[in-house]
Amino acid sequence: MEHKDIGINGDSAIAMAWKQINPDVCAAYPITPQTIIVERFSDYVADGEVDTEFVCTESEHSALTVCISAAAAGARTVTATASAGLGYMWEMLGIASGLRMPVSMAVANRALSAPINIHCDHGDAMASRDTGWLMIFAENVQEAYDNAIMAPRIAEHKDVQLPIMTCLDGFISTHAIERMTPMDTHDVQKFVGKYKPVYPMLDWKNPVTYGVMDSPDYYYEHKYQMKEAMDAALKVTDDVFRDFAKVTGRRYSSVEEYRCDDADYVAVCLGSTFGTMRAAVDMLRAEGKKVGAMMPRLFRPLPSDKIAKAVKGKKGVAVLDRFMPLGGYGPLYQDMISSAVCLDKMPNMYSYVYGIGGRDAKTDDLKTVFMDMIDKKAKKVNYLGVKL
Amino acid sequence: MSSLKELSKTPSKLTSGHRLCAGCGEGIIVRQLLMATDKPVVVSNATGCFEVSTSIYPYTAWNIPWIHTAFGNAAATCAGTEAAYQSLKRQGKIKDDIKFVALGGDGGTYDIGFQALSGALERGHHMMYVCMNNEAYMNTGIQRSGATGIGASTTTSPAGSVIPGKTGYPKDLTMIVAAHDIPYAAQVSPHNWRDLITKCRKGFEANGPSFINAISPCPRGWRTDPSDTISLAQLAVETCVWPLYEYENGKYRLTGESSKIADGKIPKKPLTDWLNSQGRFKHLMKDKWMDLVGDAQADIDKKWERLQKLCKL
Repeated sequence: MEHKDIGINGDSAIAMAWKQINPDVCAAYPITPQTIIVERFSDYVADGEVDTEFVCTESEHSALTVCISAAAAGARTVTATASAGLGYMWEMLGIASGLRMPVSMAVANRALSAPINIHCDHGDAMASRDTGWLMIFAENVQEAYDNAIMAPRIAEHKDVQLPIMTCLDGFISTHAIERMTPMDTHDVQKFVGKYKPVYPMLDWKNPVTYGVMDSPDYYYEHKYQMKEAMDAALKVTDDVFRDFAKVTGRRYSSVEEYRCDDADYVAVCLGSTFGTMRAAVDMLRAEGKKVGAMMPRLFRPLPSDKIAKAVKGKKGVAVLDRFMPLGGYGPLYQDMISSAVCLDKMPNMYSYVYGIGGRDAKTDDLKTVFMDMIDKKAKKVNYLGVKL
Repeated sequence: MSSLKELSKTPSKLTSGHRLCAGCGEGIIVRQLLMATDKPVVVSNATGCFEVSTSIYPYTAWNIPWIHTAFGNAAATCAGTEAAYQSLKRQGKIKDDIKFVALGGDGGTYDIGFQALSGALERGHHMMYVCMNNEAYMNTGIQRSGATGIGASTTTSPAGSVIPGKTGYPKDLTMIVAAHDIPYAAQVSPHNWRDLITKCRKGFEANGPSFINAISPCPRGWRTDPSDTISLAQLAVETCVWPLYEYENGKYRLTGESSKIADGKIPKKPLTDWLNSQGRFKHLMKDKWMDLVGDAQADIDKKWERLQKLCKL
């Protein structure tokens, strides 16, 4: 079917995806730059365009709580947040995953306080990694929309049964209007499928006890089961990406590579920067420089094997963290090193901290990352764009 | 109202074999409240004594659907199960009339769960929140809470030579909840099972949120004999430390012994009877703290007078 492209911002695109999915329960609390998602979704609720029970909670902690218990009761659930909101949810993040609730959450990445700053960096998402949530990053509005549609399919898969965060860059993607190809609602519903809850509490004739007290005899094994589900999620995500391509023609990969095959130097990043990075690569390629870009779209579970394969034989790899690692190293940098450590010869790996609190990273800035490596000026840790 | 004999034959939703302490008021309260409806019930439980004692993996004391997520969010957890129900019922996927109950201790209700409770009440979920108030954080080892009575010795408000236990009066949570103007709120005590079950029936059938605040003697924290639990709960009512009343569709009404005290049919016992009955207050009986005891009695009297006035409105 032919679809007319539309102009839409990232937040509205996610609300549109939710409308098409028609989840049973949505619980949320407003926070910039996520707010437009719940505002637009409220419009759909007010106009009776969805069956969703929309719960405007008094906090993010309660928003995620409502999603968790509604999911346990037997509902497909969605929520969205950002920054301090994700921080406020933190206690419930591990409970959502520990109870194996496939909640879908959009995260409009924003810097953490203090100082308070409403603009993009990945401080919120990075502080929430390894809590048992799958995490997928979007480069642009189209991907934010597509990820929101793929999220329930991945999270609810019987081998996964874990919650999922779909991240998009605050303001850069949430508020910028871009061209997007929406799916037909029928296709969305067919792709996502009907929700089949496992052990729903509302099936009261078959009572289940959720959220038990685990002794040291059991806790470790229950956590190990989550690790196995994370492992399984690598293949499930690939399968869902493949099926999504069949419906839409848009083919995603858990590790996106751009002109990496013959590249000597590769830069790795997440989110909207990947688009700017590709432009920087094209500019340098035009000058004959053998450079490429990479984005591990699927950040959790980390596709380590694919990453190792992608960086094998490179002279240098620059890893860009949109996160201020205080007293340690960038999380993506650490992940890249951990992935590459299995190689006989590891490439030189450089950490670039950038884009903190919404600091712009333009093509010229990103070109210097490659030129630093080529000119052997790159340090172990570099702070791109900091004014000292 | 069913007879005790009839009630004793109702299906056991919370089974024996749980790990609550001997003499714990909570198990008695919950068994009574679950007898107040014949409809399916879904329970949400805050972290606390009751949660850890009834759900030790791989066992469960629950014959009905039950969920625990965290400490400060029993009301939100319950709201989530109810939201799923409203959605699925509207979509025709569920036909049954299901009831939703949240259980929390005073720590999980007066303190850390207060915001989630207020939010759930304001949103108007069809759910009943039951607070089992044993007047301190007993599960973590008897620390003071916003419900702890003045002068009580706890592990974070110990009776010292300078400070005589907990300073300040407890929060009047039932009144605060009533100020949300929900359809039904009440205070109950496990010694008066008829009053407790009648009120929980009203709570279950309320057209919107309802709230039940139950006094729950704790032998460990109150330093009392396990066999005295029911008589202590009764004494709390007879001293007007814990008046039995309800707030129903905008009207306050005294019930049980509290109604009889107000009518002069039974005497109002002095606060010293209450303080003398428990180890947590024994230090107050020294001359040095007599002013505090007098102030505490005056506070009880003031609140009791105010409640009686509200009931006459």
